[in-house]
Amino acid sequence: MADSAAATIGHHPPGHGPADGTKRDFLALVAGAGGAVLVGALAWPFIDSMNPSKDVLALSSTDVDISPIPAGSAITVVWRGKPIFVRHRTAKEITEAQNVKVADLIDPSAPATDAERIKAGHEQWLVVIGICTHLGCIPLGNKPTDPRGDYGGWFCPCHGSQYDTAGRVRHGPAPLNLPLPPYAFETDTKIKIG
Amino acid sequence: MRPVALALFAGLLAGPALVPAAFAQDAADLPKQNWSFAGPFGTYDRASAQRGFQVYKEVCSACHSMKLVHYRDLSGIGFDAKQIAAIAATVEVSGGVNDDGEPFNRPGLPSDMFKSPFANDNAARAANNGALPPDQSVLLNAREGGADYIYDLLTGYADPPAGMTMGDGMNYNKYFPGHQIAMGQPLHDDQVVYSDGTKATIEQEARDVTTFLAFVANPEMEERKRLGAKAIIFLALLTGVTYAVKRRVWADVDH
Amino acid sequence: MAGLHNSEFSNPVINWIDTRLPIFTMMQKEYGSFPTPKNFNYFWNFGALATVNLLLMIATGVFLAMNYTPNTSMAFESVQRIMRDVNYGWLLRYLHSNGASMFFIVVYIHIFRGMYYGSYKKPRELLWILGVVILLLMMATAFMGYVLPWGQMSYWGATVITNLFSAIPLVGDSIVTLLWGGFSVDNPTLNRFFSLHYLMPFVLIAVVFLHVAALHITGSNNPLGIDVKTPQDTLPFHPYYTAKDSVGMCVWAMVLAALVFFAPNFLGDPANFIPANPLQTPAEIVPEWYFLPFYAILRSVPDKLGGVSMMFGSIIVLFILPWLDTSPVRSARFRPIYRVLMWVLVIDLLALGAVGAHRPEGIWVVIGRASTAWYFLHFLVLLPLLGKFEKTLPLPDSISQPVLKGGIGGGPLAGAAAAQSMEKN
Repeated sequence: MADSAAATIGHHPPGHGPADGTKRDFLALVAGAGGAVLVGALAWPFIDSMNPSKDVLALSSTDVDISPIPAGSAITVVWRGKPIFVRHRTAKEITEAQNVKVADLIDPSAPATDAERIKAGHEQWLVVIGICTHLGCIPLGNKPTDPRGDYGGWFCPCHGSQYDTAGRVRHGPAPLNLPLPPYAFETDTKIKIG
Repeated sequence: MRPVALALFAGLLAGPALVPAAFAQDAADLPKQNWSFAGPFGTYDRASAQRGFQVYKEVCSACHSMKLVHYRDLSGIGFDAKQIAAIAATVEVSGGVNDDGEPFNRPGLPSDMFKSPFANDNAARAANNGALPPDQSVLLNAREGGADYIYDLLTGYADPPAGMTMGDGMNYNKYFPGHQIAMGQPLHDDQVVYSDGTKATIEQEARDVTTFLAFVANPEMEERKRLGAKAIIFLALLTGVTYAVKRRVWADVDH
Repeated sequence: MAGLHNSEFSNPVINWIDTRLPIFTMMQKEYGSFPTPKNFNYFWNFGALATVNLLLMIATGVFLAMNYTPNTSMAFESVQRIMRDVNYGWLLRYLHSNGASMFFIVVYIHIFRGMYYGSYKKPRELLWILGVVILLLMMATAFMGYVLPWGQMSYWGATVITNLFSAIPLVGDSIVTLLWGGFSVDNPTLNRFFSLHYLMPFVLIAVVFLHVAALHITGSNNPLGIDVKTPQDTLPFHPYYTAKDSVGMCVWAMVLAALVFFAPNFLGDPANFIPANPLQTPAEIVPEWYFLPFYAILRSVPDKLGGVSMMFGSIIVLFILPWLDTSPVRSARFRPIYRVLMWVLVIDLLALGAVGAHRPEGIWVVIGRASTAWYFLHFLVLLPLLGKFEKTLPLPDSISQPVLKGGIGGGPLAGAAAAQSMEKN
């Protein structure tokens, strides 16, 4: 491109051979590549600055006292800005959840069995992220008086998705089960989420 | 014309540089120290900064807050997650309100900021003879002379020269502007007991706590200088290549 | 003039767009084949550098605004959060604060070049005036941006500068109250400064566009200050000046990198690391370095309205510079006395900068007044007279001529090569 530009205005001194042009093109290529690398390297800090900052990442665990939750009810706690449902299941709800065949589920991917979705020895406690996997609404069903859908778990008022008592989607349009946050039992009445 | 132009360019670049230098007149009289974090490749001496944290915790933090620093930030001077959790747990912080609407306290977490010694500035003034101990988060950057000034101030307490009248409750300091400082001499020999066996002379304590204050004021410094070295080398190469391209492009032009 | 553009681009996609919206043809015309005087020196880098610098300021500023909080109770902390917790937040902020200093260095050199080579003279008066408008907008933007971190110097700088308007007779106090949105610099002030600081750069972009548009009507001036006469006097902008500008950009980036990575607070004031305190003024209030000469002029006049008028006057005078300078010769190269005066003016401004950085006591008052007097003497008296009395050197016939003669800027070999290429044409 440099050659053609020079040629158009007639500044072509004698002795300017193709070897020269090749060398110049190579140099221009190196410079262009260097400039591209520079722009790319400079772009990353801008993009990364939009990722969660250190203070956001640091607020990653929440302690919850679960003793006051009556059987058949759930509470909502906030973890990383998201609602977490902590549900105290009744014996009937546990049995219902355990009796569902994985093959009947809309989303059979693990964790799909009830045993996979709770902590062993704490079967009455279900902890899920309370965000409908369809378009991000918060399903109803924490109080026994709320609409809970046909499967006794949660009912999303936005588009009618229904979840069972293990937080698995049983009726669309939501494609996935309610995800599980990382959590652990510190004592029998206290869990640490995150 | 070319040398003149270059001289002008250099002059205009240097011009603004002279201005802060003119300001730093007073700072120029400060005795200089060798700091681990000085220079283009400087890093914070981890052991010194950790000892400095001990000095801050046991001495300075009785009066001085550090509101912009979190316990988690201590990982930057080599404390591990367990140590940080243990350090944070030594303080009680407000946990907001419980389910009954009552305020409650909880042990500190790594995500908490350093607990302030006073509830607010008025309480701090009331407890300190009317003087407000400045927050130490960015104190080092906020003082002309930086680390040297802090070190010199901490080691600069002396008896006032004959004939100098000291204000009520004021202390003489060689390096404080005006030489009368409300803060009593904070550091003495063996003020703290270092767990690593370092002898706690006043100079050692001052050096350590200054290193710690430098770290909390500029926690990004090590990453900044590392990235800077790469950036300068890369740009120098790119300048060379670009200049070569320019020479080749212009080779067939008479100018 | 409706109708599709007859595009010459062969790439079908580019051709399709260009036929309907000939931006590629425009770019090719304005930045590709644009005939540019062949004798630029590196001073002609600085316009391009300023443009890149402005874009860097906008990019870093937009991303900083994602994390900044324009509220007096949170501004200082939110800036420190950017420095400590936001990924690469320290880099964005230091690029922004040091980028502002670089922007002024670049623009001041750009202005010096315009003055030294007489670029403001006919027919480029409007181009120059648009440039002065850019300078004013830059100053306003920089001032409001400096308030945002809400440190001591931010607060007291805002107080002092907004109080300048109280010097205006009759309506001054009302204007200041209006600027503040209250009875002192406070949250409403900070909030509106943030809004305007975000807006102004885009106004700047628009004026820069006009500045460049005007430049491409008149064409560039050059170190000889004589008009382009034949095609031999020019080169296509690309690749010649894209290559030359790239060199300058690399050097500029290196200087900026040295500041950002190794001395990020070198040009700043330590007092701005102290949160704003409306009840305590710092021992010394100084603006950022790029305002020091103007601050010195303000303080050199022992009268409030007088000082403010002189300070604004020092910029206003630039608007009428094309008519104050009566000499028909543009470049200082052919104006022996003007050349000396230009360098004296540079020294004068550096002296004013030093005065601005010191307390107005003793010798600094004297230097300040003398330098202020000289500044206005230069523009208002010496320049108009010089055009009448200065004996200028003979101008070359064309831009190519000094090259052919092997005179200024080229050796005898270059002259020989030029002669050959002339024969070929």
